Amino acid sequence: MTGSGLPVLEVENLQTVFLTDAGAVRAVDGVSFTIGPGETLGLVGESGSGKSVTALSLMRLLEEPARIIGGSVRFQGCDVLEMSGEELRDWRGDRAAMVFQDPMTGLNPVIRILRQVTEHMVSHGRQTPAKAKLRAVDLLRRMGVAAPERAAASFPYQFSGGMRQRVMLAIGVANDPALLIADEPTTALDVTIQAQILDLMRGLNQEFGTAIVLISHDLGVIGTVCRRVAVMYAGEIVEEAETAAVLTDPRHPYAWALVNAVPRLDSPAGTRLVSIEGGPPSALDPPPGCRFAARCPFKLARCETDHPPLMEVAPGRRARCWVTMDGTPLPPPPVAAEAAFRTPAPEERPLLEGHDLVKHFPLSRLGFFGKRPVVHAVNGVDLRLRRGEALGIVGESGCGKSTLARLVTRLHAPTSGTLRFDGQDITHFTAAEMRPLRPRMGMVFQDPYASLNPRMTVGDALAEPLLAHGRAATRAEARGRVLELMATVGLKPEWAQRFPHEFSGGQRQRVSIARSLALEPDLVVADEPVSALDVNVQAQVLNLMLDLRERLGLSYLFIAHDLAVVRAFCDRVAVMYLGRIVEEGPAQELFARPLHPYTVALTSAVPEPGRERVVLAGEPPSTLSLPEGCAFRARCPVAQPVCAEVRPPLAEVAPGRLAACHFPGAFSV
Amino acid sequence: MPRYIATRLLSAVAMALLASLVVFLISALVPGDPVLAQLGDIQASNPQTVLEWRAKWGLDLPLWERYGIFLKGLAHGDLGISIATRRPVLDDIVQYAPATVELATIAFLLAIGVGIPLGIAAAVWRDSWVDSLARAISLLGVSAPTFWLAFIMLAIFYGWLGWAPGPGRMDPIAFPPEGPTGLFLIDAALAGDWEAWWDAAAHLILPAVVLAAATIGLITRTTRAAMLDALGQDFVRVARAKGLRARVIVLRHALPNALVPVVTLGGLAYANLLAGAVMTETVFSWPGLGRYTFRSAAALDFPAIMGITLVVSATYLLVNLLVDLSYGLLDPRVRR
Repeated sequence: MTGSGLPVLEVENLQTVFLTDAGAVRAVDGVSFTIGPGETLGLVGESGSGKSVTALSLMRLLEEPARIIGGSVRFQGCDVLEMSGEELRDWRGDRAAMVFQDPMTGLNPVIRILRQVTEHMVSHGRQTPAKAKLRAVDLLRRMGVAAPERAAASFPYQFSGGMRQRVMLAIGVANDPALLIADEPTTALDVTIQAQILDLMRGLNQEFGTAIVLISHDLGVIGTVCRRVAVMYAGEIVEEAETAAVLTDPRHPYAWALVNAVPRLDSPAGTRLVSIEGGPPSALDPPPGCRFAARCPFKLARCETDHPPLMEVAPGRRARCWVTMDGTPLPPPPVAAEAAFRTPAPEERPLLEGHDLVKHFPLSRLGFFGKRPVVHAVNGVDLRLRRGEALGIVGESGCGKSTLARLVTRLHAPTSGTLRFDGQDITHFTAAEMRPLRPRMGMVFQDPYASLNPRMTVGDALAEPLLAHGRAATRAEARGRVLELMATVGLKPEWAQRFPHEFSGGQRQRVSIARSLALEPDLVVADEPVSALDVNVQAQVLNLMLDLRERLGLSYLFIAHDLAVVRAFCDRVAVMYLGRIVEEGPAQELFARPLHPYTVALTSAVPEPGRERVVLAGEPPSTLSLPEGCAFRARCPVAQPVCAEVRPPLAEVAPGRLAACHFPGAFSV
Repeated sequence: MPRYIATRLLSAVAMALLASLVVFLISALVPGDPVLAQLGDIQASNPQTVLEWRAKWGLDLPLWERYGIFLKGLAHGDLGISIATRRPVLDDIVQYAPATVELATIAFLLAIGVGIPLGIAAAVWRDSWVDSLARAISLLGVSAPTFWLAFIMLAIFYGWLGWAPGPGRMDPIAFPPEGPTGLFLIDAALAGDWEAWWDAAAHLILPAVVLAAATIGLITRTTRAAMLDALGQDFVRVARAKGLRARVIVLRHALPNALVPVVTLGGLAYANLLAGAVMTETVFSWPGLGRYTFRSAAALDFPAIMGITLVVSATYLLVNLLVDLSYGLLDPRVRR
């Protein structure tokens, strides 16, 4: 590799602004870092912190109205910001490559994979077309794409998200770049697939010495690939250190908040998440002092007035903070008084009871006389939710967890099985028969913006269910109740006149929660309520939901793909795979000692430091045809011949612990 | 795929028949009498003559019987006899169609040949002078009334500057080329008669420009919008990150993704050009289907109207089928 002695990338005082009518928004404000050959650096921060804009600035891929107004970016000694259009084109995709977040939209849908992998090898003169073809197939194979020859001849739509991200990585490394920038490459992927892709990136770094800049909102993800990390806040780097050091001993209060806002699979029961109130300062006109001062729990007098520089706080680590400048560590997060472990009263009858629930969706026919394919979304699920209990449903996308949520609230009608709500058989209730029950079931959805009417003020949106169900006779009465609700979820009463777009993501999700509580439901079904939120906001919303659960004694069906979030919130957890529950049990025990091999793999794939990792091969089978025997057997490390023949029933293996496996507990990390 | 095409063709036949039924009913219900239109006042005042006329053309039969006769003829490829020209309708259509097909095809090629590149340029150099020019051209094309544009063009390029020949398909004293297609450009080329070819081509330019004007505007706008959409996609950013040339990014990555709406519009536009050249053909004395349609409608010539309806609806359906099939070529996700 050329320039072995020179750093691959030297960024100095990089400044990027967005030119808006209101003025220049300082998205990246004086960012500096250096990456040596074969080094890995993570950039972490919440949305809007400037990490993606930094990445785009490095590659000079910014689009109007963004503009680099200062600083320098040197790649192996050459100034990238001074390159002509021609030089830039020769450099991009050749010496430096970039992989983006969404693999579903990053590949051109009308061009075959092969050409998308080969075109820049040929255009940069690295390979002849014939050799590029061979190399493309070889790259796809190395990236773990099954049947690479056939894959190369296919179009992107024939692939899953994980496979597409493998293709994107193959495109990225096709010309053996010295630097690979990956912007949230696994955010759109399931946790087991994420583990595969991160593994691949680590391999690229170790095998080819490719320097990597990995951008993510998730410190855990960065920790699995990058030795060093830079934490960004409001366009600045506020801490730079070894990833392991930041994870255990953050020296900037924002990094501290970031680390402690994330629930962990091994945190003690009842731990409250650290959440900091407020939002980042205006990037149009940042405050004169420390940009984090307004939200900082440790701030000093001078933080408001003096802007701290990035100072060395310990050997090899820098932080932009007056509090820790003399090398003192920040205190550990406050641990709330151990929450009483809730044991729901041994119940006469459960609030929600499903037996052998099945939901199949027929698709449109393949051709005029063709077969009608069927999506087997939910394939026989037994479910019991006691009063005051929180049951978590986890699983990867396509496992049927969202369909199950829609089944139990009877937004879908079950194909077969029975469903009881508070003792009443509602399996075949019509919409009219369901209406009196609706107030008793609240729903919270993933995307708070999509589920709120943009033309209705938040006050009206909250009053609507009250008036519709006759819980308030007059508008005035409804208004009073709305203000109460808003206070319950921590929104200011004067915000009732605002429209949804005037709220931040976390505030909007509070509005959704308030709406779900408006009719004083017995049951709240929350479908991925925090997965679209930044970790700090996620912590705020989770803390709020925990509070409400305790104060109002609600029962929750909580659906999420994030195991640690489910563990923090739920009493019991059910793990779904291909439309069936494969394991069920008390949350703490289940994640501490999983019995089903799938749960083992799922928990080990969570990117947390120090976690022994099993990278599960393959992807879940298609829901269009159900396999005989155990649905997980093709990916199972301990499968036996019997698994192909007999489908294991969900059976009680230990008290309170159910698993659908012939060899429960046989596989562990 | 063959099964899909067969299904589509069958349904197209059904649609064409349905269209003919609708037109049949409407033309039977309009308050006008083809007999009066044909006979003139003196003969029409004689009830005996009128009755004989009605019987001759089958107008005395009940409605459903008349439609039955029409269908029966249709099954034998017979569209009936035109009341106005006394010739088989099919012969009339075969005689007039080539002029229209030739004109509409040239207009269509002109529209896509100008509209698509202009739309691409407007999207690539958004908000530049190219974009403004494209906007002006498309606004003018869409909003200028055809007859007005036709007269203005004739007045300027024929009357004033003398650059273009006058109305008609060829010079009045020239002999039209003999040939199998009836399309003068092709027939002349086949016969090697280049003098006739140039004459025909020169006569085509003005009416083709007038006919294409509105379509150019629509195609430019659609192409621009679709290209802007495609250029904003993630895969275009990926292509830039690969260090590809701008030309490759625009033409190979963005354009194929922008073509689906353009092809949809283009198909409809071509069918429209074939069917809707009435105004242009009238001003330019173009002996095509448009003028035939106009004359037949004015004379309440039922068989001719029915025949034209069938031809037009069949054209629309066929073009639509071709457009739908082309989606499969443009977008692999549509293929099965």
